[in-house]
Amino acid sequence: MPSPPTTIDLRLFATLADRSPENADRYPIAPGTPIEALLSQLRIPLAEAKLIFINGIKADLHTRLIGGERVGIFPPVGGG
Amino acid sequence: MARIIDHIAPRVAQIIKPNGTTQHTLSIANTQQIAAELDLPIRCIEIEALGNGIVPLRYLRNQRTFNANDQMHWLNARAAVVGLGGLGGSVVEILSRAGVGDLVLIDGDRFEEHNLNRQWLSTESSLGQLKAEAAAGRVANLNSAVRVTSRPVFLCDANAEELIQGCTIVIDCLDDIPSRFTLEAAAKQLSIPMVSGAVAGMTGHVTTILPQDEGLTLIYGPRQSIESPKGVEIALGCPPQTVATVAAMESSEALKVLTGRPQQLLRNKLWVVDLSDSSVEILALA
Repeated sequence: MPSPPTTIDLRLFATLADRSPENADRYPIAPGTPIEALLSQLRIPLAEAKLIFINGIKADLHTRLIGGERVGIFPPVGGG
Repeated sequence: MARIIDHIAPRVAQIIKPNGTTQHTLSIANTQQIAAELDLPIRCIEIEALGNGIVPLRYLRNQRTFNANDQMHWLNARAAVVGLGGLGGSVVEILSRAGVGDLVLIDGDRFEEHNLNRQWLSTESSLGQLKAEAAAGRVANLNSAVRVTSRPVFLCDANAEELIQGCTIVIDCLDDIPSRFTLEAAAKQLSIPMVSGAVAGMTGHVTTILPQDEGLTLIYGPRQSIESPKGVEIALGCPPQTVATVAAMESSEALKVLTGRPQQLLRNKLWVVDLSDSSVEILALA
C-alpha cells in the first residue's frame, strides 16, 4: 500500500505567484501543518493572504493540512 | 383609444430563423414610430410586442437562450452600474445591448489617459469628459429603448441609498474596497441584490450577494479590518482582457438575477479567473 501523500497542490494568485515554489503542485508539507505555518515557510505576510481555499472551500489561518489538498491563496483584489 | 398591439400588428414582419423556424419581429424604426404616435417610451412598445410573441429584431439573437419573458424582465428592470471605468464601461455595454430597460449610471470621475487601456467608454477625444456623461451617450447610441439616469457623483455613505433607490439590481464596478462595502450596505438596507467583481493583473473574481447573504466580508474580511483601500491591482495594474472577462461575468450574473434563475447564481461562491494559466474555478465562500 502506498503511504498517504504528504504534498499539497499549491496555487498562489496575483502578486503571490512570484513566491510560488518550483514544485508548487507537489509541495511537501508535514502532516498537521496549519496554513499560518505554510505562509511563514513561503514568506507570505499574513495581511497578503486575504483568501485561503482548501479543496475549493474557504479556510482560515488555523486550518491544518493533512496532505493531498489543493490550496489556493489570494491577496486582496479590488481593481476595476 | 386603440390598443398598443393594434399599432404594432400591421408592422410585424415574419422572418425565418437560421434553425428554420419562423418568428414575428418588429424593427427599431417601427418601434420608434409607434412610440412617437402613442407618446409612450420605446421600451413600453417593445414590452407590449414581446407579450404578444413578437420579438424586437434587435433582441432576436438573445433568443432562445433567453425567451420573450426573460427579455420582458430585462426591459422592466432598473439596474445601477456603480463605477464607470473598466468594469462599468463593459457592463454598461452588455446590459444596454441585452436590453435592460433602465440604467442608473453612477461615477463622479472624468476620463484620463491611463484609462484608455481598459475603459471601453474612454476615447482619445473624450479625455476630461465625465464618465457618467460618456456612458449615457454610449447607451443612447446603442439602444434607444433604454432609459438612462446619469449620476456624475462619487458614491459615499451619505448618498449611497439615494443613488440606488428603486433599482432592481446593483452592479459593483468600483475600484476600491471600502466603497464596495458602502454599496453593499446600501443594497442590503434597500433589499437589492448586488453583483460584485474585482480585478488585479491577470486575476479577477465575481460573486453575487443577496440582501441576507454575508457578502463582501467573506472575501475581504470585516470592513473595519481593511488596511489599504486598494488591493494588489496597485502593483499589477488592470489589463483590458481581465477587465472585460470579469465584466462579462458580472453582466451574466446580473442578467440571471433579473430573469429569476436563483439556483444558477454565484451566491456564497467566488468565481475566480486567472488568465495567466487560463484557469477558472468556483470556490465556496460559505
